[in-house]
Amino acid sequence: MEYKLDFKTYNEALKKNNLLGIKCKECKVYTCPPKMTCQECGGIDLEIVQLKGTGKIKTFTQTFVAPLGREGEAPYIVVLVELDEGPWIAGNLADLPPDKVGMELIGRRVKMSHKVFPGDSYSGGPAARPLFHLLEK
Amino acid sequence: MRKVAVIGTGHTKFMFNCPKTSVEMLAEASMEAIMDAKLKPKDIQAAFIGNVLGDFSEGQGMVQSFLADDIGCFNIPATRFEGACASATMAIRDAFMWVASGFYDIVLAGGTEKATAMGTALATRTFAMFGDSHYEYPAGFTFPGVFAMLAHLYAHHYNIPLQKLKEQMAQVSVQSHYYGTKNPKAQFQKEITVDQVLNGCMVTSPLQLLDCCPFSDGAAAIIITSDDIARKVTDKPVYIAGVGQSSSGKISSQYKYLPRLRAREISVKQAYNMAGVGPGDIDVCELHDCFSIASIIAVESLGFADFGKGGELWEKGETKINGKIPINISGGLKAKGHPIGATGASQVSEIVHQLRGDLVDLGRQVEGAKVGLVDTLGGDGIIINLVLKID
Repeated sequence: MEYKLDFKTYNEALKKNNLLGIKCKECKVYTCPPKMTCQECGGIDLEIVQLKGTGKIKTFTQTFVAPLGREGEAPYIVVLVELDEGPWIAGNLADLPPDKVGMELIGRRVKMSHKVFPGDSYSGGPAARPLFHLLEK
Repeated sequence: MRKVAVIGTGHTKFMFNCPKTSVEMLAEASMEAIMDAKLKPKDIQAAFIGNVLGDFSEGQGMVQSFLADDIGCFNIPATRFEGACASATMAIRDAFMWVASGFYDIVLAGGTEKATAMGTALATRTFAMFGDSHYEYPAGFTFPGVFAMLAHLYAHHYNIPLQKLKEQMAQVSVQSHYYGTKNPKAQFQKEITVDQVLNGCMVTSPLQLLDCCPFSDGAAAIIITSDDIARKVTDKPVYIAGVGQSSSGKISSQYKYLPRLRAREISVKQAYNMAGVGPGDIDVCELHDCFSIASIIAVESLGFADFGKGGELWEKGETKINGKIPINISGGLKAKGHPIGATGASQVSEIVHQLRGDLVDLGRQVEGAKVGLVDTLGGDGIIINLVLKID
């Protein structure tokens, strides 16, 4: 059985600022990032859907100690965002000084663009990730 | 299934920059365990070994096979387990099954890791491999970063001011360092203060340096056998009375339960049910305190505190040696150290000593302990729990 929406397809769309997910035709729940089966019920009757790319910040961290090869990116802000369609996805938060943010970020509305991680010796190639921007300053 | 016991333990000193190789550390811990059980290497029928990053730290895969050969257990089946930081506990659970089933009578289980050889940058990179490489790592996820996000989520979810939560988290580290001073095998033998934790450098907010366990080198091993053999070699067999294991997907996929980790609730229930005990029966617990917040989250899922109230256990001193539920009296991952492939075997070894009553002279014996719980977490989703008991 093939993936309805695999990483390569998801990633190519994300590089054009299109956030794709899957929607279960049985339980109607959205899954993003995509998986082989529905996140909620394990169902396999799925359709690819385009998500709005908007949501709110559920949690965050300002990372100062970065992994090998990414030291130049630090400090940076990692966020988990609850999409308007329901699922949570991981990404970065842009536009703010990473050392000047706090708990007030939680609940803020954001909209997605993207940024490409060029890959390293261990990553199996480049991969885009959502880059979020605050909707109201 | 038949009754299964632990009859021997071995444990190297956990440290930074150990001069020995992964295989050497594991061989030393294994021989110590074999001798503690009054056995010889030829008595061992199979080895179950946790090792996570040997490929990166030493360019060494397949440590289990070299270990078996090094200690004179020639040509026995030797299997490596990889479940990130829970690898050794996973190996022990499988070792338990093989003996409980009657297939083997005497086996070795343990683990080894030499993480400090990698240096902080590569170690941070490799530890991040236990998040999702394609959907999470591109955003710069680090392993402490995941628990940092859980800390912020926890504070918000339970409406606890972040500063108050951070003070509770600091208490976790302070207690671990206190007991570390009583454990000669611990990496850190030095007490710290709440102020030192709160003034440490920021790793990934809100986790500061002393909220985080160290990178460590070390190995630990145990001998597992059937009840009838155990009774021939020791008058204090420690039984593996219950086991549980559970897995989960990437952290974002767990959104309906966070900051609770559903896998732990499933795993510990299996272990409690199998042993016929509940959280109120546990006399001593070694739990996975990779980060200070991880301890607070863990005690709630294990049933020792209400959700949102875990930090109060440390505030009130209930996790100390004479408290309601003594936790990480070994110093925990924070002070004892966290050589990830070995940690589970180290935790089991500690509980075995607690139940045997071996720790009086070291000043960290939980008096009269008869039932112990081991809790090990790999990544943000593999959990293994073991209930150990003495008659």
